[in-house]
Amino acid sequence: MITEENKQGLFFMHSGDASQPYRYTVGTWGSKFLTELRDHKQFYGIRCPKCKKVYVPVRQVCGPCFTEMTELVPVSAEGKIVSYTILRFQFLDPETGERKPIPYGYGIFRLDGADTNFQHFIAVPEDESRLFIGARVRAVFREERRGSLRDILHFELVAD
Amino acid sequence: MSAAIVGVAYNRQERRNIRQNIAEMVYEVTTQALADAGLEIRDIDNVVTVSNDFWDGRTISSMAVQDACGSYEKNISTVEGDGTFGAFYGLSRILSGEYQTTLVVAHSKGSESDMSLVTNGMFDQFYVRPLGVDNLISAALQARIYMDTFGVSEEDLALVSVKNHGNALKNPKAQIAKSITVKDVMASRKLADPLKLYDVSPISDGAAAIILASEDFMRRNPQKFRPVFIRGAAFCADAYDLGLRDLARAPALKKAAERAFQMANIRSVEEIDLAELYDAFTYMELMWYEGLGFCPEGKGAEFLKSGATQIDGKLPVNASGGVLSAHTVVAAGLIRIIEACLQIRGEAGEHQVKKEVRNAIAHGINGPCGQSHCVFVLSKEA
Amino acid sequence: MRAVALCLCPFEGGMMARRVAIVGSGQTYHSGGRTDVNAQEMITEAVVRALESAELTIDDIDGIVIGNMDHFEGINYVDTWSVPATGGTLKPVIKLTTGGTTGTTLAIGGYHLVASGFFSKLLVIGWEKNSESDTTAAITTAFDPIWDRLVFAGAIGGLAVEAQAYLARYNHKKEDAARVVVRDRKHGANNPYAHMQKEVTIKQVLSSPPLADPLHFLDMCPRTDGACAVIFADEYSAEKICDRPAWILGTSVRHNAAFSTDVNFDGLKTMESAARELFHKTGITDPLEQLDVIEMYLPYSYAGLIWIESLGLCKKGDGPRLVWDGVTDMGGKLPINPSGGPICANPIGATGLIRVAEAALQIQNRAEKRQVPDAKIALATGFGGCFWTDLVLLGAKKP
Repeated sequence: MITEENKQGLFFMHSGDASQPYRYTVGTWGSKFLTELRDHKQFYGIRCPKCKKVYVPVRQVCGPCFTEMTELVPVSAEGKIVSYTILRFQFLDPETGERKPIPYGYGIFRLDGADTNFQHFIAVPEDESRLFIGARVRAVFREERRGSLRDILHFELVAD
Repeated sequence: MSAAIVGVAYNRQERRNIRQNIAEMVYEVTTQALADAGLEIRDIDNVVTVSNDFWDGRTISSMAVQDACGSYEKNISTVEGDGTFGAFYGLSRILSGEYQTTLVVAHSKGSESDMSLVTNGMFDQFYVRPLGVDNLISAALQARIYMDTFGVSEEDLALVSVKNHGNALKNPKAQIAKSITVKDVMASRKLADPLKLYDVSPISDGAAAIILASEDFMRRNPQKFRPVFIRGAAFCADAYDLGLRDLARAPALKKAAERAFQMANIRSVEEIDLAELYDAFTYMELMWYEGLGFCPEGKGAEFLKSGATQIDGKLPVNASGGVLSAHTVVAAGLIRIIEACLQIRGEAGEHQVKKEVRNAIAHGINGPCGQSHCVFVLSKEA
Repeated sequence: MRAVALCLCPFEGGMMARRVAIVGSGQTYHSGGRTDVNAQEMITEAVVRALESAELTIDDIDGIVIGNMDHFEGINYVDTWSVPATGGTLKPVIKLTTGGTTGTTLAIGGYHLVASGFFSKLLVIGWEKNSESDTTAAITTAFDPIWDRLVFAGAIGGLAVEAQAYLARYNHKKEDAARVVVRDRKHGANNPYAHMQKEVTIKQVLSSPPLADPLHFLDMCPRTDGACAVIFADEYSAEKICDRPAWILGTSVRHNAAFSTDVNFDGLKTMESAARELFHKTGITDPLEQLDVIEMYLPYSYAGLIWIESLGLCKKGDGPRLVWDGVTDMGGKLPINPSGGPICANPIGATGLIRVAEAALQIQNRAEKRQVPDAKIALATGFGGCFWTDLVLLGAKKP
């Protein structure tokens, strides 16, 4: 029987760490989106033929209409902040197993021409109060791009 | 109260589907099942998705398919396990009186993960996992015990492979179809003694969907449904630790089958016209014959050799080619249900059995060495 | 299914769907690290307590439903893995899981499986040993690997943006949210099973370490190990097992959205829609008047403002007023989270089921120090995924 008293003296074992590798398929439309991002720094959305909503990230089905979408439309690399936060606590990045570098800005953006949101890092200016909901932002691309969301370094405030 | 399967669909299973992501596969089978039933998404009042977070590499694997399965603004739930368990819960939702039409959709892409690591995750994390035991290795242990207990030979197991891969030749949705001999199976690469490549099901990508409807719904809606009635359904789990189980027998299957047959008023195997069983490995099909009571314990190989389970036999088993010919984990049991439905409807295509199929069994498993079983009795008549 | 119905009813009753009640429940003593037990032993602790509360043995149980979130513990096929912990050998065992909503999904599943006539006494178990992994990392893997994972920061990041948008929209203050924490922590002090049983002040909340603007450490639920087991019984056995079963009056579920970025931060849309359906089905026209108590899945303080508006307890933007006025405190018109809620214990896969179990305890008049006097109608909520909502309504009167 383990009691509070003798608990201190016990060495509780654990199993050790485990990890699993995966090769995710991006899919038809996502592949086009990432190719365009890599080759032309161009964002695309996909339009629902029924409700006309433009979705970013792109996907095959408009959930509310349960309708297949096939019309890619270019959307801007600029937009506005829908909401944001600055992460200040330490946690593991499940993609790498490493600690995520903090603090970092996490932004939800509405790109011009899109009807849903797009999320990415937001560069935090020295004066944090310059970040606000509704502020204009634009994507900053990496020089070397490989066809993933990491091709975007982050979003930054559009200087007024 | 009664329920029937009124729409079915599954896509061609393949080793690596890089054209479609999970949502795209699910949308394909969802729209096809709706078309098969002559229904639209607005006719569906609730959804059960079936997926596995380990196979998908995603903590809430159901999230990926919420748009694709048409569940927007609908009551939805998710079963993690084989598709037959998802179908069981979908059926319960109708019999509860809460819903009239359930869409059950299952998916997995074995190609995106590492089978050995994913299935190593089923085992006790302290005492078994460090040994590297996975689905294949545990199955090899079970095969050995089964063979040893009942004097079954590797050649006997090979006959299952010959039959099912042969049947798959007539099923365009199967992944591995070939005309092989016992010699070919015996000569195939050893994976985990006594199991060889052709004793083992492949890794597959795929999705499957069925639509269940209540008797009331069918009465109220004028569509010409081709209903397949669910007359019995039950599931049961055996002990977890392999050492606590009688691995040569399947008591959990026996119990699930007894209950399902009792519900369906099936009194003798003679009343069963066809079965689609979860043959992840050759030896499993023989063990499942015995668990289902198709033949006495230990007599699975003899039953197979009698020709009874051949496509033209008195109780064809896995006319589709079975799981040996395409193993989309999670969806595989649902595909067994779908294949049984198509046979009852007389729409299985080239692999349609000659005899009339009035009652069919569909079966799924969960966990290592068939620890948990789900059995459905499907019928032409209510 | 005529033949089914005949054989399915060895108990009593006819071919109709059955009414269903909760007749017992058990929880572990939740804590930030139950290193004294492994996960199976922790589950057993809850199961034994649930059976004792209903004065049943495992032999009386004809089926088991279990759920958690796989990647918090890294265990695959939890249904078959759990068999030694639950006494499930040669019983039907099924796993349901939907992320944060898992607990309520389990309860709703328990209801359907019993109502269908397949089971008469069903054991439903939710559990999580969150101390066994990095919770934020594991939650991050719930989201799309291509589009969401790079920047997503688990529940804390995902909820911080909702809070930020709410503050901006209504010009409310961080103190308003802190008042929710003060309430739930005060309530939690009455709950012997809670992970957090100490009261806090608004000042303590606001001076706790910042996690993700505007959230502080004490705005968030803790990381908890715990399990909960609930016994669902059909109408033919419920009243024989206990004199005051908690009847299931209705359920509703909305898991809209597959991408976190599809969610609009203008109230919890899935709560609005699920509440509309549930209240319509059960004849609730004025929830503030008609409900006696709510056990709400509040993973963080701001949910206690935003989501009560979405539930229809008050107008949009009026959440803080209701909370400051004490309406939702013990002794108020509609107490929320007498148990302390997830702010006081959040073993994720169990949390929703704990809400249902606590709501049932209120109806059964077994909630001891946290009892709301004469509670007759109780609502339990679940939250998870991409801002998804589950609702379960329980009542003292047989429906």
